[in-house]
Amino acid sequence: MQLETLVIQFQKKDPLAFEKLYNMYSENICGVINTIVKNSDLSQEICQDVFVKIWNNSDKYNSSKGRFFTWILNIARNAAIDEVRSKSYKNTKKNLSADYFVGILEDSNSLENKIDAIGIKKFLVHLKDKCVQIIELLYFKGYTQKEASEELDIPIGTVKTRNRSCISQLRKNVLN
Amino acid sequence: MNTEEYISSGKLELYVAGLLSEKENIQIHNDAKQYPELNKEIEAIEASILALSKAASPTMADGSFTNIKNKLNLSAETKVVRLPKQKANWTAYTGWAAAVIISAGLFWMYTQNKALESQIQIVSQEKINLESQIENASNSLVASQSLLNTIRDKNISVVALGGQTVSPTSYAKAYWNKEEKKVHIDAKGLPEPPDGFVYQVWSLKLNPLTPTSLGLLKDFKVDENKIFAFANPNESEAFGITLEPAGGSKSPTLEQLYTLGVAST
Repeated sequence: MQLETLVIQFQKKDPLAFEKLYNMYSENICGVINTIVKNSDLSQEICQDVFVKIWNNSDKYNSSKGRFFTWILNIARNAAIDEVRSKSYKNTKKNLSADYFVGILEDSNSLENKIDAIGIKKFLVHLKDKCVQIIELLYFKGYTQKEASEELDIPIGTVKTRNRSCISQLRKNVLN
Repeated sequence: MNTEEYISSGKLELYVAGLLSEKENIQIHNDAKQYPELNKEIEAIEASILALSKAASPTMADGSFTNIKNKLNLSAETKVVRLPKQKANWTAYTGWAAAVIISAGLFWMYTQNKALESQIQIVSQEKINLESQIENASNSLVASQSLLNTIRDKNISVVALGGQTVSPTSYAKAYWNKEEKKVHIDAKGLPEPPDGFVYQVWSLKLNPLTPTSLGLLKDFKVDENKIFAFANPNESEAFGITLEPAGGSKSPTLEQLYTLGVAST
């Protein structure tokens, strides 16, 4: 079934379409959340809440405004960031912006984060630190171009071009 | 339209990231519909992000979608409604147990109290009985002492009455106080009179034989010390006791003379 048809069925509150979309995207969404909260159980919990929210707000999605994945990605990272900024979480992990995606790779050896460390390392081969940083900021943390340029201390035009080249490298790694 | 330039601009990457304005989004959406190579590019960018984010995913717990369906009440199959486990309400149990114990305790104390009350009643009854016994005993002691004093009086002369033909084993004693003109008869040695008969005490003059009735040994059976007092104004020479029909006789029935004794002068 085409993605668009599936999304339309989903917006008509078809549970089967919802389940298919869940199977397509749940691991990605949970993965994004995990890069932010860095806790396997907590990220799964938030992930479930995100899908509940997606179902309840399905009518708010409009394909003309962007990709379906982009829409749920936005919901997921907002939920994760809200959690991280919540009072209870602040005590344990204070520094959100300085703690990059690479952190989860280093943590991945621990049992708590049962992620596929080998798989993710494969994707990051030849990917420079500045690429990891910019991909994480733009895709997983929802930074605007302006915020990313400030964070990385680079001109705003460079954000777009650097992101472009970094994604190209990532795509090569994924294909290999 | 130069799709190559479009693609290399880096806009499509930002589109997937969701970082473009609403206007730009609509533009790209429409363009992608029109140019399949743009759409392909977008999908490839998305695929790389999907791959990366999937690799960062935690191991998903089984049945995670079932959880979501349950949260949203989407389950098609009949839902198993789990009865909430009845939590043991220990405070209530303890309360009831305490109430039962207290009521049992109260009941026990009530019966104990009743038993004690009845015991007290019994004991106080016994006490009254004992008190009256003591009173009786002291009364009888007083009586015995006064009797003893009477007998010990120096003016007393003792007359032993011996058993006669009718009843040779019988005996009696007369304690005669001539000054006070009284005589006490100790009739302990007499058998119980048959029903309808009574002992009668006589004062006798011997020459000629003149009997004078002193009185009857009334309530002989009941009297405990069997000592009977009589007034005796006579100049008695002897005392005799005969068995007479109830009420006594005017003159003694000599055939029924039980005891007889002569007073020493």
